[in-house]
Amino acid sequence: MSLDQLYQQIILDHSKQRHGSGLAETPAPAGATTGQSHQLNPVCGDEVTLRLAVSDGTVQQISWDGAGCSISMASASVLSDMGEGMSVEELHSVIENFREVLRSRGKVHADPEILGDAAAFEGVARYAARVKCAMISWVAAEDALNQATTT
Amino acid sequence: MTAVSTPASLLRSVPAMDNAEVLRIRNDFPVLDQLINGKPLIYLDSGATSQNPLSVIEAEQEYYEQRNAAVHRGAHHLAVEATEVFEDARQTVADFIGANYEETVWTSNATEGLNLVSYALSNAALWAAQGRGGAALKDLALGAGDEIVVTEMEHHANLIPWQELAFRTGATLKYIPITDDGALRLDVAAEIVGERTKVLAFSHASNVLGTINPVAELVALARRVGALVVLDACQSVPHMPVNVKDLDVDFAAFSGHKMLAPTGVGVLYGKQELLDVLPPFLTGGSMITTVTMERAEYLPAPQRFEAGTQRISQAVALATAVNYLAETGIERIHAWESTLGQRLVKGLESIDGIRVVGPASGSERIGLAAFDVAGVHAHDVGQFLDDRGIAVRVGHHCAQPLHRRLGLTATTRASTYLYNTTDDVDAFLDAVSGVRAYFQA
Repeated sequence: MSLDQLYQQIILDHSKQRHGSGLAETPAPAGATTGQSHQLNPVCGDEVTLRLAVSDGTVQQISWDGAGCSISMASASVLSDMGEGMSVEELHSVIENFREVLRSRGKVHADPEILGDAAAFEGVARYAARVKCAMISWVAAEDALNQATTT
Repeated sequence: MTAVSTPASLLRSVPAMDNAEVLRIRNDFPVLDQLINGKPLIYLDSGATSQNPLSVIEAEQEYYEQRNAAVHRGAHHLAVEATEVFEDARQTVADFIGANYEETVWTSNATEGLNLVSYALSNAALWAAQGRGGAALKDLALGAGDEIVVTEMEHHANLIPWQELAFRTGATLKYIPITDDGALRLDVAAEIVGERTKVLAFSHASNVLGTINPVAELVALARRVGALVVLDACQSVPHMPVNVKDLDVDFAAFSGHKMLAPTGVGVLYGKQELLDVLPPFLTGGSMITTVTMERAEYLPAPQRFEAGTQRISQAVALATAVNYLAETGIERIHAWESTLGQRLVKGLESIDGIRVVGPASGSERIGLAAFDVAGVHAHDVGQFLDDRGIAVRVGHHCAQPLHRRLGLTATTRASTYLYNTTDDVDAFLDAVSGVRAYFQA
């Protein structure tokens, strides 16, 4: 396992061009139900606040603010890109799949058909100390999604 | 800014440490002889925990193979031997820091030692309120209107116990600020430490900044107002000569695992007249004189603060570690690490986009350096270095308020010890110089 497999170009790109970043600048679409979740990793200080807007069973918008390592920031950016437009069920199942891959210590391979760009985080699974970095925004999304859909 | 002083060992005829000696020392440390990701391990995380020489590992094993027994009880042969080596270990550690035997209390680590002091002090308030413990204890009792003073550079272990002591007693917590160079503002300290100050707690050497604090000046401020002085000696006792009597502090705490010993053992030094009047923190077996159904009377220190079966093998191993340090010469180790610390900072300062926190090169610091890399998070820096076999610490190093003060959330820290060569430092610097390019920062 080389460092380049962990830090794939797509991760480095997203860690700099952070899609969906900026809660204040992107107000939630009118009429949508929103959920917001703040997640903190006290070990390293990674922090993500993610807001998710749902209407008619579809995720309309994922916006977030965060500070942390390239893995955590890129992961939030990729999630924001791919989650928008998914149905609530789809996003739930993608989150579940992402978690399974990340927690597998490298045993479960990422299926690009399911995970899209998020498949690039497959290498993180081999670095136990970094799994939380990749997961933090996904945990926030899951929490926000539950809030937005339980009224 | 203080200039780098010439360490004592350089003034005498004792030869200074060099790379050749360090390489011989390194042979004593089995864990250092391994490959990480196919590269030789370069261990630069001794500020978090140090490695154990074979003699220390063997001392613990030998204790279990030959003498294991409960100490201070039992008339059988093993119990007597175990008690003997346990108490000999205490004397060895006491001698190392210039303390008396009775003033040297075993703890699990420095964190427990600092909590012990803070809980003994709030217990003092409870006892005094009920007329228990006599007049001496009344002076030590904290209450509303009293102040506890710490500094902005404290490790959480020397911060949270005081926050909670303030909460329990109604006292107020105050902070001595730092300069942008990571030195304490002594001018402000002189105003903060006042008539209401009951406790002044600070680190001898900062685990993030590397600053060595002026203990004498701070003790003088405390003495002026009759405040107790608590010293976090975690980053000083393992690395430089420390004599608690010369420093004239009231309490000092440090951990064994940061000074070549196993985890699970630490030391609290306390002045005897204080330890003998303070109420205990933990209570139970081995620390009492008479127990009735209603109440108990307690032994004097150190047993007063050593409830329950002690960490005997670790104490024995810590004494072996102390002997290892003493045989190498703690002044010589200090001088060597000062050299490594300066080399670290000087090298880091010359790399684009690196901000070292704490004193600049040329100013006194211990053998560690923490830094920020522009555009790259500390975790990524640590991962990059690990790929090259270099072990460093990343994060807030248990000093969140300090990092906030510095405007950072996390830094990368390289910390050296007697088994690190200048080549280790140079390999680290070479790797760091490639970090920003790799992450396209």
